Amino acid sequence: MKKTIPDIELMERGHQACLGCGAAHAMRYLLKGLGPKTIAAIPACCWAVIPGVYPYSCMDVPLQYVAFETTGASISGIEAALRAKGKKEGTTVVGWAGDGGTLDIGIQALSGAVERGHDVKYVCYDNEAYMNTGIQRSSATPFGAWTTTTPVGTTKAWKLSPKKNIVEIMVAHDIPYACTASVAYPEDLIKKAQKMKDITGPCFMHIYAPCPTGWKYPPEKTIELARLATDTCIFPLYEVTNGKYRITKRIKDEKKKDVLDYLRMQGRFKSLDEGAIQSIRDHVDFEWARLLRKEECFGEEQ
Amino acid sequence: MKLVLSGNEAAAYGAMLARAEVISAYPITPQTKIVEKIADLIADGRFKTEFIKVESEHSAMAACISASLVGARTFTATSSQGLLLMHEMLHWASGSRTPVVMVNINRAVAPPWSVWADQTDSIAQRDTGWIQYYCESCQEVVDTIMQAYRVCEDPRVLLPAMLSEDAFFLSHTSEIVDLPPQEELDAFLGTYEPDVRLDIDNPRSFGSLSMPHQWYPEFRYKIQEGMEHAVEAIERVDREYGSLFGRSYGGLLDLYRCEDADTVIVAAGSMCSTIRAAIEELRSEGVKVGMARIRVFRPFPTEAFRALAKDVRSLVVLDRSFSMGSEGAFFSEVKAALYPLSDRPDVRGFAVGIGGRDITIETIRSIITDSLRPDTGITAQKWVGLRRCEE
Amino acid sequence: MDLIEIRWHGRGGQGVVTASELFAEAAMQDGNYIQAFPEFGPERMGAPIKAFTRICPTPITIHSQVYTPNIVVVLDPTLLGSVDVTQGLGTDGILIVNTPKDAKEIATMLGYAGRLYTLDATKIALETIGRPVANTACAGALVKVSGLVSMDNMMAATKEKFREKLSEKAVLANIETIRKAYEEVSV
Repeated sequence: MKKTIPDIELMERGHQACLGCGAAHAMRYLLKGLGPKTIAAIPACCWAVIPGVYPYSCMDVPLQYVAFETTGASISGIEAALRAKGKKEGTTVVGWAGDGGTLDIGIQALSGAVERGHDVKYVCYDNEAYMNTGIQRSSATPFGAWTTTTPVGTTKAWKLSPKKNIVEIMVAHDIPYACTASVAYPEDLIKKAQKMKDITGPCFMHIYAPCPTGWKYPPEKTIELARLATDTCIFPLYEVTNGKYRITKRIKDEKKKDVLDYLRMQGRFKSLDEGAIQSIRDHVDFEWARLLRKEECFGEEQ
Repeated sequence: MKLVLSGNEAAAYGAMLARAEVISAYPITPQTKIVEKIADLIADGRFKTEFIKVESEHSAMAACISASLVGARTFTATSSQGLLLMHEMLHWASGSRTPVVMVNINRAVAPPWSVWADQTDSIAQRDTGWIQYYCESCQEVVDTIMQAYRVCEDPRVLLPAMLSEDAFFLSHTSEIVDLPPQEELDAFLGTYEPDVRLDIDNPRSFGSLSMPHQWYPEFRYKIQEGMEHAVEAIERVDREYGSLFGRSYGGLLDLYRCEDADTVIVAAGSMCSTIRAAIEELRSEGVKVGMARIRVFRPFPTEAFRALAKDVRSLVVLDRSFSMGSEGAFFSEVKAALYPLSDRPDVRGFAVGIGGRDITIETIRSIITDSLRPDTGITAQKWVGLRRCEE
Repeated sequence: MDLIEIRWHGRGGQGVVTASELFAEAAMQDGNYIQAFPEFGPERMGAPIKAFTRICPTPITIHSQVYTPNIVVVLDPTLLGSVDVTQGLGTDGILIVNTPKDAKEIATMLGYAGRLYTLDATKIALETIGRPVANTACAGALVKVSGLVSMDNMMAATKEKFREKLSEKAVLANIETIRKAYEEVSV
């Protein structure tokens, strides 16, 4: 049987993530794709704690812990220094940040790094809130979600604004490669990581990484939930190469699952009323139709 | 080679002569000419370096720290608001033990908007674990950049350093600058070869979590140890530079005509040259006055001040900044350094030149006249030359 | 000879700072210590600005601004009347003004009793450089009037200063400007 996932393990056992952590899977798969000649920078996020407490680490690649908002700048510095030292050839520089560190506080440094065109890979693992500080909303938190700063109470004050579309923001930078990926589809994730490694220039990956602690679902359901997110078209898998769109996990209309299946699995959506659920459904359908049109109009020539 | 260079241009030449391998900087008045000159030197093929034109000062420092951890010699420059924006990363640089060298143009902080000389920006960074030099001339800027890399890259020090020069009084003033031959500077400086670095052949983590019962206090203590080593290294490197290139600057505390002085003025930055001229005038009138120039504020020249205090009757401390609710930092710290002495000189403090207000020979003379009056028991710091609303 | 302080008046974009530096660089070649600096603050194209040169045979130990210049050079005649160009200038000083008018007329207009020289630097620049940039012509006049630097060193400093920024033709045109201004200003 042909193996579809590389054997190499660059994230060892003994990490300190929560039970069922999607972000732990995400890192393991990413490093399988990027390989051992990788230098990583990680800002404040769950992954600032997951590798272990000094002097222990589960990581087999060199790693710099960086300040919250500096991932883009830090990987720029690493890349420039490798270039200055004549060591850039064959080395992959990756920034690994959560959704808050990417879509909120780190977006300026990310934008700068991508605009300048450094040969860096930036991966955002998205658990849709500030989970390391204990479930506060970020701009990646979807409409309708409960968090500790969007508590529901009697006023239905769940998060009222939609999730920021970071991949489109990256596409607007004329980035050579941007993609989404999910821990439920490891082969797809690893293939995209390998693709990023081979591209010279900035690349961006947005990984869907469910969080049982923050989303309020049983830890054994992480992969199932992640798969549902893609099957409902809430989190479609696609890539944009030099502006050309390609959907990598095609969801046929008849196979498309209803958003309710996804929402019902999670405590963070438990208070949603019918109206809110319908508006989520409408939004997901609209965005999915839009993505299909993008692929149709700006797809790769077959 | 003698060139006419402004303080800004001197900083750019300093970075080139030190062969900085990665530069990451963002423009701000009145530092702009530094980044422009570096870009020119690169465009002319004279300076081989990786210049990252970042989107903020915060990113400038972040990129320098990461580049330094890879093992590159790094340089940046900023001023005022830019330095304040960097504050978080200044701590990060010293905590990472990265010998980044930065030129800061001392500029007032807003509001109200002011682009003129004031040392509040760098004084506000005193607790960030950076070595702080204050330069008096464009020549000293170039020479101090060379010295700073030697000191910072010393394995027993391994800390970052900022060199401050006053806005306009140095940044925009062109003076004769003698640039030592590149080969001799190369020999003086060597290359930066840290023992540990971000290296795919030897994976290590830098900056991971440390719990209270583990190693955090010990890491902090090591920074203080680095600072203590820096005292010796700064003195030694300054002497060695002097013997090689004919210019040295008194190490941490630059003493001028203090041998027989009754009164010694304590100050830092470009005003010190004007103070020298004022001292000449006062001496010709029989006033026995000298100057102790704070060339290095961190590590603080505690021992040098205690040695000086033995022979002088009074110290007149001039601060071009003010710690609101307290007093100028130089004034506080000079007094603190002298506190253990049983026989202390009288110490008086003046806040002067705030926001770039000019400090002339006359200003210095009036301060000395004021401080020579019999002790009125007033120990609070005086603000010099404040205007009144009626004016 | 003691410390000499020169103040240059002009407008942003007229090469006022360049003139202050050029003259300093020529004086350096004569073995002097020098400083050159602009008026401190933001420079705006077309707005009145000042620049300063200090020249001294011994090291200059001062970093404050210039209040009582020995020499004032006015690059732009339109400043007369709106900017107090003689401020701080004693009657033992020197004033050089770029204007087609004669010195007497300007002396009366400014009420200045010290040594005053005029030259039509703009006209010279138009003839030699082809653009109304009076900075090098005024510097050439200052060489003659002040006697602070030799013409040879002024030429050498000009070549050195403009070598990288200007074409060879433009450098020669500036040298011609300086020579012509040197000849035309009558002492």
